[in-house]
Amino acid sequence: MTSIEKSAVLEPETAHRFAADLPDFEGAHLTSRKAALTLALLGAALLVVAIAATSFGSVHINLIRALADSSSSDSAILYGVRIPRVLMAIVIGAVLASVGAALQALVRNPLAEGGILGISGGGALGAIIALILASRVGAQDVIVPVAGFAAALLSTFAVYRTALVAGRIEPFTLLLVGVIFNAFWGAAIMIINSVVNFYYAHSILFWLMGSLEAPSYREVAIIAITGTVGFVILMSRARDMNLLSLGDEAAAELGVEVDLVRRTIFVATSIMIGAAVSVSGIISFVGLIVPHMLRLAFGSDYRLLLPASIIGGAAFMVAADLAARVIIAPAEVPVGAITALCGGPFFIYLLRRQETRAFS
Amino acid sequence: MSQRALNDGSQTDAALRTIDVRAGYGSIEILHGISLAVGTGEIVAIVGPNGAGKSTLLKVMSATLAPSAGSVELLNRPLAEYDRRELARTLAIVAQENSVAFQFTVLEVVLMGRAPHLGPWRFETSRDLEIARGALGHFDLISLAAHPIHELSGGERKRVFLARAMAQEPRVALLDEPTAFLDMKHVTEIFTRFRELCSNRGLAVVATLHDLNAAAMYADRVLLMKNGSSVAVGPPDEVLTVEALRDVYETDVYIGRNPVNGAITVLPASRV
Repeated sequence: MTSIEKSAVLEPETAHRFAADLPDFEGAHLTSRKAALTLALLGAALLVVAIAATSFGSVHINLIRALADSSSSDSAILYGVRIPRVLMAIVIGAVLASVGAALQALVRNPLAEGGILGISGGGALGAIIALILASRVGAQDVIVPVAGFAAALLSTFAVYRTALVAGRIEPFTLLLVGVIFNAFWGAAIMIINSVVNFYYAHSILFWLMGSLEAPSYREVAIIAITGTVGFVILMSRARDMNLLSLGDEAAAELGVEVDLVRRTIFVATSIMIGAAVSVSGIISFVGLIVPHMLRLAFGSDYRLLLPASIIGGAAFMVAADLAARVIIAPAEVPVGAITALCGGPFFIYLLRRQETRAFS
Repeated sequence: MSQRALNDGSQTDAALRTIDVRAGYGSIEILHGISLAVGTGEIVAIVGPNGAGKSTLLKVMSATLAPSAGSVELLNRPLAEYDRRELARTLAIVAQENSVAFQFTVLEVVLMGRAPHLGPWRFETSRDLEIARGALGHFDLISLAAHPIHELSGGERKRVFLARAMAQEPRVALLDEPTAFLDMKHVTEIFTRFRELCSNRGLAVVATLHDLNAAAMYADRVLLMKNGSSVAVGPPDEVLTVEALRDVYETDVYIGRNPVNGAITVLPASRV
């Protein structure tokens, strides 16, 4: 009873009466137990799709032989092609979904993701320019991703500075500025596309549609490291992200340093997505679909939503990439086309839902 | 009404005090020197016509707007010395309009009031839950705890944000039009609740009110404002007079007394 007596607003007899009605508010808020169970469930789902994606592909391999005999061609495919590809899908999906969730808190709107805020478009443009310029110099493997990463950061900075009005960021302005920059980068890519030769045009398509083709372990490691650093930063702001959904003033009145939190989210997400775009191009809608599905299923508390987006995004991406590889095997559909195919209708559904809610 | 406080505004241990505060937006000054002291356990209503500066005064009191001259003290310490989280543990604000961008349950929103008491990595403890439960119970919301906030009516939503403010365990509560969107029953209940908090816990309440009758009935003292200046401060019976209201609102009023509780009642005196 001591804890009750200390509380400022509670009459002990009232508390007792309601305690009998509703023992512990089951399901009304996030508990550590619910968070752990949800993450375990999503982890199991990820494991299943990852095993499936390792087993199936354009070429049939025997997993048992691959594991038993390291000199077999099955083993070469497993370790040289399948596993790095699945790992790449995992880290890219995790980054895209968690960044989407964080950016949605940043602009207080479920329609935000890296693509819509112009970050990935800028990265793709930088990578494409580097690709064309570096083709004469060589060392494209290094120059192109580095240029993509740098351009993504620059683009973020440009969006941020443009949206800054009187030293403050208004969520709606930020969203609009992001959309405009994204369209602008897209137009620049199209102009480049129309003046270069066929070989480059194909590579440009790769950046625009996104692909997980032929990744190296080194690339996987880079995304994993930048992703982890960004994720830890985002998680330390998870509660603040919850409070931001009350609006800037209300969040500040509850102790949130709103501008600092905005900047932190911005920096963390642009590093994460810059690294992702620099190796896989623009894979759209993952950052939109995954957080929204998870919100519908498990609620909006960012302390669960962020880690759930990591695992759910990974699982979604692995499944989408598996589909991209097997639908027209032995040829391949760009994985970005698969996610966009799922995402387009979903985006419209979200928009419609928002409208009906606004008018009701 | 026995606990009606006797503060005259000059006492030294005020919970919240503004001293000759001037404030505005850009070069436009809205408040032209407002002094007000709110004692612990006291409910003070700020009344006045639209544009009188009521909300601006509330913003200055909540540190949302810095005064251009004068000062604000919270628990005898300058407001500017508080850091955000410390302020949020001392002072709670309920805005006139409240929106939530994503789907949260009523309990989750109320638990957000515990944020200034918790570190970034911590889950709410059973004590936080008890406090949220108490706040929900106070505002008749227990049965709605698991409901999504955006499915609630305007009045229910208002009560959720009042409960959230109480979950902060503040010493001072600033309420901007707390009775807007509320029906008579809930207006009465809410002020009864705040009166309990004032007498039991020494909470100080400052509320802007359009409803002069609510101000007369529930406030210990009333600050009557016009054009950013203070016209009068004092007990409702002394401040809400026919002459003062006619002057401030530029309309004729009739003042009577509620035969049940003795509170004065204000009605427009125009002939329809």
